[in-house]
Amino acid sequence: MAQMTMIQAITDALRVELKNDENVLVFGEDIGVNGGVFRATEGLQKEFGVDRVFDTPLAESGIGGLAIGLSLQGYRPVPEIQFFGFVYEVMDSISGQLARMSYRSGGVYNAPVTIRSPFGGGVHTPEMHSDSLESLMTAQPGLTVVVPSTPYDAKGLLISSIRNDNPVIFLEHLKLYRSFREEVPEEAYTIPLGKADVKREGKDLTIIAYGLMVHESLKAAEELEKEGHSVEVIDLRTIQPLDIETIIASVEKTGRAIVVQEAQKQAGIAANVVAEITERAILSLEAPVLRVAAPDTVYPFPQAEGVWLPNFKDVMETAKKVLTF
Amino acid sequence: MSKKNNNMFDPKQTLVEIEEKFEMFQILNEDGEIVNEQADPKLSDEELVELMTRMVYTRILDQRSISLNRQGRLGFYAPTAGQEASQLASHFALEKEDWILPGYRDVPQIVWHGLPLEKAFLFSRGHFVGNQVPEGVNVLAPQIIIGAQYIQTAGVALGLQKRGKKAVAVTYTGDGGSSQGDFYEGINFAGAFKSPAIFIVQNNQFAISTPRESQTAAKTLAQKGVAAGIPSILVDGMDALAVYVATRDARERAVNGEGPTLIETMCYRYGPHTMAGDDPTRYRTSDKDSEWALKDPLVRFRKYLEAKGLWDEAKEESVIERAKEEIKEAIKKADATPKQTVTQLMDNMYKGEMPSNLKEQYEIYKEKESK
Repeated sequence: MAQMTMIQAITDALRVELKNDENVLVFGEDIGVNGGVFRATEGLQKEFGVDRVFDTPLAESGIGGLAIGLSLQGYRPVPEIQFFGFVYEVMDSISGQLARMSYRSGGVYNAPVTIRSPFGGGVHTPEMHSDSLESLMTAQPGLTVVVPSTPYDAKGLLISSIRNDNPVIFLEHLKLYRSFREEVPEEAYTIPLGKADVKREGKDLTIIAYGLMVHESLKAAEELEKEGHSVEVIDLRTIQPLDIETIIASVEKTGRAIVVQEAQKQAGIAANVVAEITERAILSLEAPVLRVAAPDTVYPFPQAEGVWLPNFKDVMETAKKVLTF
Repeated sequence: MSKKNNNMFDPKQTLVEIEEKFEMFQILNEDGEIVNEQADPKLSDEELVELMTRMVYTRILDQRSISLNRQGRLGFYAPTAGQEASQLASHFALEKEDWILPGYRDVPQIVWHGLPLEKAFLFSRGHFVGNQVPEGVNVLAPQIIIGAQYIQTAGVALGLQKRGKKAVAVTYTGDGGSSQGDFYEGINFAGAFKSPAIFIVQNNQFAISTPRESQTAAKTLAQKGVAAGIPSILVDGMDALAVYVATRDARERAVNGEGPTLIETMCYRYGPHTMAGDDPTRYRTSDKDSEWALKDPLVRFRKYLEAKGLWDEAKEESVIERAKEEIKEAIKKADATPKQTVTQLMDNMYKGEMPSNLKEQYEIYKEKESK
């Protein structure tokens, strides 16, 4: 076991899979000699050679097309989109092509592509570097969408994603890259996609979150505990498909739930979770299921980020409304 | 002009010089005469007859497809008449192990690459079985998003290169497609990786209704390859021999590790853009149609072969009969294909296990379909 940050755990997962399967290819903008702008691919080109870990020209759509074409030759591409805010440039490759490869070919071809990309706010980036655009991905059938919140989960989920025979969008929160370390096994291990994780058990309220918001929710839960409320925190980990079973089991136990997302409120993952809860567990509910989300503006200029981004205080406030309903 | 002494760089002059270099490559003129002896590929008699057979067959396939569409027996269809040399002579230079990433008008090439005709019809009808290509037939279903096939071709070509295969990835788009960002990204990626790709732009003069002149200030589409640093050529797309030679040479360079080529084939589509209500009289004149009809790829190739004593009316008739017979058989097979179900489509969405949300919906549709 070693102490790793999330970015180290991600590099480690890539290394393990490059070693494990010669069909794994890692590529993207500046990921070779430079090791990626966040160093996620640090040392990999040196270790595995330029044939398997390589830089591409600067064009996201081209990177998407390249991944699709390589997968047709039996490779397992793991391209990086440098920032997920650049995803608009590669939308057709992802939603119009990659997600439909199996469907379109009647199952003759499949596209075992894992697109990794950093996203998320709180680190004062220029525009288009921090947006939470995950619901663009979850709206597209054919994709699995993963958002880890811890180093341990990141490694296990990334290995599972790469081994998956279908396209996976793997979103890495910028602020979590180096925010803390934890024990991460050095060998390969997998965490099943589509399975949420109960990060904290409780009986009065369920908080459902993913990405950075898992940590804001855990902090809120600790504070609420001091006030006598026992709060359960579920980390979705995979936001498409949702782990309905874990969500519903928890809500049936607590009778109260809130859903927390960093993204804007409109058409978000939280809305989807709320709908699933009301469809399946309305009779278990003691209160409406509320959402904590960012306001419905475009991602703010960095100076307004602090207020715009949901934090543990917002979570507490909403939690109390539900607890006292 | 002395370049040495001229210390003022003249960008306008440079452009003119580059554009003037893109003369149209031709071997067989409109009268079916070899005008470029040196470039004559000297195909064997058998090969010449086979290429002619394919072009005649495909012209019949186009005519039958249009009429089947009008009878409501085919769905989406993009007519091909006028583009036979461009499509089939380029394909004629390929090998079985090569990969084809077609646009939606490029059904003939994938049929001649091995896709059973009934599957082409099922594709037209919107049945997934049409897209299930048999093993060993290295083609993708026709691409609907214009340009998307170009970047994927860069990827397939890179894969072939990494696998050490002596094969190429070939893709097609039209004049309109050459305006897409993916077009540039595709040729640029393949150039940067020096991968074995052949990019063919079938310049049939109109992108639906928008004329080639409105598409770009570039004098030729072939010259776009210059910016990507890849060999490029403008070819008479109504001349089967010229198209064949350009593709053959591109393939040779590609498998020899010399990277991709961009080929512009100057051609014309006689029919509408697709059979879904396009009316070419709104955007082009009959004068223009007749002008291009004189350049017809079949007419000139027929003349050439007749002069060589390789083709006559009886041969033509027998190809036409064979085409009609096989089309009839293929339609029968397409008719006999069981209807597709929503649960089948659900099955095709993912390799292996489907996600929980779809699994749940699968059960609902299975129930519906059992009634």
